[in-house]
Amino acid sequence: MTTQGRVAAENRRLLVRLAIAAVVMFGFGFLLVPFYEKICEVTGINNLIKPDTVANTQVDLARSITIQFDANTHDLPWQFRPLQTQISVHPGELATVAYEVSNTRSEPVTGQAVPSYGPQLAGQYFRKLECFCFARQTLAAGETRTMPVAFVVDPGLPADVRVITLSYTFFEVAARRVAGEGAGGNS
Amino acid sequence: MAAVMSDHAHGAHHGPTGLMRWITTTNHKDIGTMYLVFSFIMFLSGGVLALTIRAELFQPGLQIVRPEFFNQLTTMHGLVMVFGAVMPAFVGFANWQIPLMIGASDMAFARMNNWSFWLLPPAAILLIGSFFVPGGATAAGWTLYAPLSVQMGMGMDMAIFALHIMGLSSIMGAINIVVTVLNMRAPGMTMMKMPLFCWTWLITAYLLIAVMPVLAGAVTMVLADRHFGTSFFDAAGGGDPVMYQHIFWFFGHPEVYIMILPAFGIISQIIPTFSRKPLFGYASMVYATASIAILSFSVWAHHMFTTGMPAAGQLFFMYATMLIAVPTGVKVFNWVATMWRGSLTFEPPMLFAVGFIFVFTMGGFTGLICAIAPIDIQVQDTYYVVAHFHYVLVAGSLFALFAGAYYWLPKWTGHMPDERIGKLHFWCSMIFFNVTFFPMHFLGLAGMPRRIPDYALQFADFNMMASIGAFGFGLSQLIFLYAVVKCVRGGEKASARVWEGAEGLEWTVPSPAPHHTFEEAPVVR
Repeated sequence: MTTQGRVAAENRRLLVRLAIAAVVMFGFGFLLVPFYEKICEVTGINNLIKPDTVANTQVDLARSITIQFDANTHDLPWQFRPLQTQISVHPGELATVAYEVSNTRSEPVTGQAVPSYGPQLAGQYFRKLECFCFARQTLAAGETRTMPVAFVVDPGLPADVRVITLSYTFFEVAARRVAGEGAGGNS
Repeated sequence: MAAVMSDHAHGAHHGPTGLMRWITTTNHKDIGTMYLVFSFIMFLSGGVLALTIRAELFQPGLQIVRPEFFNQLTTMHGLVMVFGAVMPAFVGFANWQIPLMIGASDMAFARMNNWSFWLLPPAAILLIGSFFVPGGATAAGWTLYAPLSVQMGMGMDMAIFALHIMGLSSIMGAINIVVTVLNMRAPGMTMMKMPLFCWTWLITAYLLIAVMPVLAGAVTMVLADRHFGTSFFDAAGGGDPVMYQHIFWFFGHPEVYIMILPAFGIISQIIPTFSRKPLFGYASMVYATASIAILSFSVWAHHMFTTGMPAAGQLFFMYATMLIAVPTGVKVFNWVATMWRGSLTFEPPMLFAVGFIFVFTMGGFTGLICAIAPIDIQVQDTYYVVAHFHYVLVAGSLFALFAGAYYWLPKWTGHMPDERIGKLHFWCSMIFFNVTFFPMHFLGLAGMPRRIPDYALQFADFNMMASIGAFGFGLSQLIFLYAVVKCVRGGEKASARVWEGAEGLEWTVPSPAPHHTFEEAPVVR
């Protein structure tokens, strides 16, 4: 009986340790989230919301690209719209457009915009020199703000792409700390 | 524990009878049987889903199901087979065999063992019941990738809860197995004398404890994204869908080995028995199993070569993946070396074991091909991948389960399974398996995408062939059902040792194994 009691006690000790290991691994799953964001930040994989630089400023006058603008909000009571729905640019030409956003809430709200592109492939040829999406935007109660986007379409854009849609989605920065630095969507 | 100890006083089975006996049982043999029956029912349910898929794919065009329902079928087929059939089946084998093999009277935590089983039926009801709720079952693929899984209807929530429950059951089962193997061995049974099935299950149990909670975390994040306003995986809320894939496959790749390592263990028991030789390279088998388990944590992103990883990442995961072929190769060579110049006989367990080595190795080779990043980018999400993982999961895990069932059925039932029916089952399974899945390699290389209910006309012939094979394979499994029922009801009496070349403690107890065994621990020399 004494050996049986000893084995039972030892079993229980091992059970507790393994159960703790399982709980720790559950936490580890959540820990992967900030870990992943940090890796993306350090290696620069997810640099959707950082200014681009333009090396080649040769303007390709032979081609015109239609750029369409789109604006969405995600769980955010803001009015958000582009001031022009589409423009035509030559690759390599600097263009500036404006978006207007107004806070309809009666308190200051901080939001962050993420860009996405259609077709997806065009994203890597779309160089934004200035954009409101590079930083979080805090709007006072009822404030309306006009924000510019300055961009150049890289002349390396494949010839079959004639229309690019640039779409922004604003979401509220509250629970998650992400906004400013690391995590946008993937490109 | 208390229940087990008081049970020790009784000789034969004693306690509630009828249904209550099965609900309240803490006996490892009863629980093992329930696991095996449960997993076979789930195997048949998952099979019906698979045959519906193959019926739709018999001809190009849409004939039988709507595309949305087709997506539910592929998703649920994967979930049911992985979490309902293969994993519980191996836990069933562990429950029956591990105490018998190491000379323990029962599992370490008999009451918890009962719980780990009885969590499964509610989870299965949740999972399969999700077909009948508005919006139907989850259709996001068995990987439940975000953002699809964030957008589905309530069937998705039911699948998430089912996964939580099944994960909890697996973790409890795994803890039980680790404690039993580490603490309950008979005197003299050192770790390196332990049967290989116990070794592979010990390592598998550690894998389960390490990764099932990560899956639980991932699906909890999906649940939070769906209902609690977080944005872990929603890009429009600052999240990242690719991150879901990283977290999922951090679980998912070790999961692959959770489903195959116990199979390796079963094969390592059977090959020596029917070769009448000890296992070649026992120690190297143990080390190979451990290295596969450790390496499995560093290869997950080979499932994600097309997500836009940097080249350095692709190279790392490509080479790490190919490295796993080394310990796996060690195992295959050891099995072949065990058979080399042995006095071989080919009873049904051995047929399935040899068939396993042959077909599993083919699946291993296509795995190596998929590991090469530039090729994987071509075949990703095509039928080539479907062929690959069915070669390792059906011909790997499932054939090993059949081999183990035929091998230990005499010990469980006291009767020899009908050898002619077993052989018929093997040859039907083997032939129809290859008729089903071999053409899928060609379909995949030609570019047929997976998870699509319709296909281009040039794929028609091979798809028809695969569908015919699938129905043949499905019906062949009824032969197995018949063989098992026949064996349970009667047949040639089995001796204690059953097989001429069998070695190990489980063959020292009478057949069928009495309700209580090894109440006095045997001494291993």
